[in-house]
Amino acid sequence: MANARISRTRLAFVHVALIVYMIIALFPVVLTIMNSFKTRNDIFRSPLTPPLPSTFSLTGYHTVLGQGDFIGYFENSLIVTVASIFCVLLFGAMAAFALSEYRFRGNLLMGLYLALGIMIPIRLGTIGILQEMVALNLVNTLVSLVLVYTAQGLPLAVFILSEFMRTVSDDLKSAGRIDGLSEYAIFFRLVLPLVRPAMATVAVFTMIPIWNDLWFPLILAPGEKTKTVTLGAQTFIGQFVTDWNAVLAALSLAIFPVLVLYVLFSRQLIRGITAGAVK
Amino acid sequence: MGNLQLKSIRKAYGTHEVLKGIDLDVKDGEFVIFVGPSGCGKSTLLRTIAGLEDITSGAIVIDGQDVSITPPAKRGIAMVFQSYALYPHLTVRDNMGLGLKQAGSPKAIIDERVKAASGMLSLDPYLERRPAELSGGQRQRVAIGRAIVREPKLFLFDEPLSNLDAALRVQTRLEIAALHRRLKATMVYVTHDQVEAMTLADKIVVLNAGQIEQVGSPMELYNKPANLFVAGFIGSPQMNFIEGARLGLTEANTIGIRPEHLALSRTEGDWRGIITHVEHLGADTIVYLDTEKAGLITVRLFGEHGFKPDETVFATPDRSRLHRFSPEGKALAETA
Repeated sequence: MANARISRTRLAFVHVALIVYMIIALFPVVLTIMNSFKTRNDIFRSPLTPPLPSTFSLTGYHTVLGQGDFIGYFENSLIVTVASIFCVLLFGAMAAFALSEYRFRGNLLMGLYLALGIMIPIRLGTIGILQEMVALNLVNTLVSLVLVYTAQGLPLAVFILSEFMRTVSDDLKSAGRIDGLSEYAIFFRLVLPLVRPAMATVAVFTMIPIWNDLWFPLILAPGEKTKTVTLGAQTFIGQFVTDWNAVLAALSLAIFPVLVLYVLFSRQLIRGITAGAVK
Repeated sequence: MGNLQLKSIRKAYGTHEVLKGIDLDVKDGEFVIFVGPSGCGKSTLLRTIAGLEDITSGAIVIDGQDVSITPPAKRGIAMVFQSYALYPHLTVRDNMGLGLKQAGSPKAIIDERVKAASGMLSLDPYLERRPAELSGGQRQRVAIGRAIVREPKLFLFDEPLSNLDAALRVQTRLEIAALHRRLKATMVYVTHDQVEAMTLADKIVVLNAGQIEQVGSPMELYNKPANLFVAGFIGSPQMNFIEGARLGLTEANTIGIRPEHLALSRTEGDWRGIITHVEHLGADTIVYLDTEKAGLITVRLFGEHGFKPDETVFATPDRSRLHRFSPEGKALAETA
C-alpha cells in the first residue's frame, strides 16, 4: 500500500493508532456481549474470558424475554427514536431552509437563537417539562418523549443543515422557480436530496442519545406500557440484588436495532459523499 | 412573439442602488447582449427580467403585459445559467420536460417538444442519462434544450459559456447563433466577454455602475463609442487614450485611437518612440511603444512583423479613425 505520498512507517503508525482506538471503543461492547452468554458465577470469576462450553448459559436471555414485556420495550424505543429523528430532520431542515434561503429582518439573530440550544442541556428544564407534560396530560405517553427529544435534537440539526443548505447552488433553485416549482417542491425535491449526507449525519447524532437515554423515560414515561429498553433493563438492577445475566442480555439486545439504523444512515452518508466528490 | 420593455428599472439592496434607472426596448426576434465589467448590474438586470429578483421601482413589460409582479414561471421566459443548474436527480428527458409538466401540459406534447429540442441539439443518445454522466458542453446543451422546450417569449442567458473551455466555447457560441437564426426568438444574453457580445448580438447594451452607457449594434459601438467608457471597453487590445494637450490639440480633451488604426514605420511618421515589448500572435503582432509625444501606446499590426524591443520606430494614426472626447468623457462630433 506504500505510495509516493505516504511512507510505510507513517502508514503503520496511523494503523496502530486506529487499531488501539478501535480496541478501546469496542472493549465494553464485546465484554457486555461475551458475558451475557455466561453463567452468573463465571461473569464474576473470569469476566474477560469468552463463553466456554462449560460456562455457556442463556439464562439472561430467558429472563429478559420471559419476564416483563421486552418486545414491547423495544417497540417503544424504536417508535420514540424513529419518530423523533423524523421530526428533527423535517422541522430542522425546514427551519434551516428558511434561514439559508430567505432574507428577512432578524435572520442572523433567529439562527443564533435556534442554535443556542446546542450549548444548554435540556435536562436543566426537567422540572418545567414535567409540569408541562402533567398539565397537558401527556405523562406516560410516548408523545411526551418524542416532543422532548425533538426539542433536544433541533438546535444541532438547524445548525448543521443551514450550513449545508447555503452550499446548494442558487442557480438550481432559480431554475426550479422558472420551471414553476413551488417553494415546497424546491425544498423537498431539489434541496433535500442534495443535503442528504448532512441529513444522515444529523440523524446519527440525534439517534444515539435518544436510544440510550434513561433520564426522560424514567421521569416522563415510567409506566409499564411506555417503558423503553434502557428503562426496561434497569428493572433488573436492584438496590440489593442485581440480575447481571439479565442486565447484560438486555443491553446486548439493545445494541442491535440501533446498529441497524446506524448502518442504514451511514450508507446514505457515504453515498452522498462519493456522489459529490466525483462530479 | 416576444418584445420586452424596461421602464426606468431601479433596484436597491437597502441603501445601495444596483440599478439606477434602466430604460430599454427589445424588439421581437432581437438578440440583445448586456456587457459590462463585473459588478455593473448586468446579471441583476437579467434576474429582474426573469422575476428572480424584485425591482424597487419601474416596470417590466413583456408583449405589452406588465409582468413586474408576475412569478417567474408565468412570465413566458426561459433561462440558461452559467452553472447549467440541471436537476441532478432527473434524466435529461425529465430535466427538459419538467417545466411543461409543472404547467400541466399533456404528456404527448411534452414528448414531442423534448424530441424536437433534443434533435436540434443532438442530444438524442443522452436522453436517459443523468446530468452527472454528461460532459460540460453536453450539460450546457441540455440547459439550452430545457429552455427551448418551454417555447418561451423570451430566452435569457446568464453567462452560459463561462464554464466551458475555450474550444467548446467557440463551438457552443456558434450553436447559439444558429439557434437564434432558426427559432427567430427574442434573446437576452449577459456576458463579460466582448468577443461573445460582438459576434452574437444584434444589439449590445453596455452597462456600467448600474446605468446604460450606450446601446447600439456591434459596429456602432466599435466605430462610434458614445463615451470614454464604451471606447475603452469595446475592442481588444484596448483603445489608446492620449491627452489632447500633449498633441497640441485644443478642440478635444482626450484623443482615442484603436491599436489597429496605427501604422508603424522604421523611417518616418508622426510619433517617434521606442518599442518596449512585442507579442507575436501569428495573425497579429502587438507592439507596445513608449513615444515622446503620445506616451505609452499599443499598436496592432496584421500578419507577422520583425519588430524587436528597443528599436526606434514611428507610429502614424489613421486621421479618419481618431475619436475625440470632451472633458466629461463624452464623444465629440467628427470634425476631421
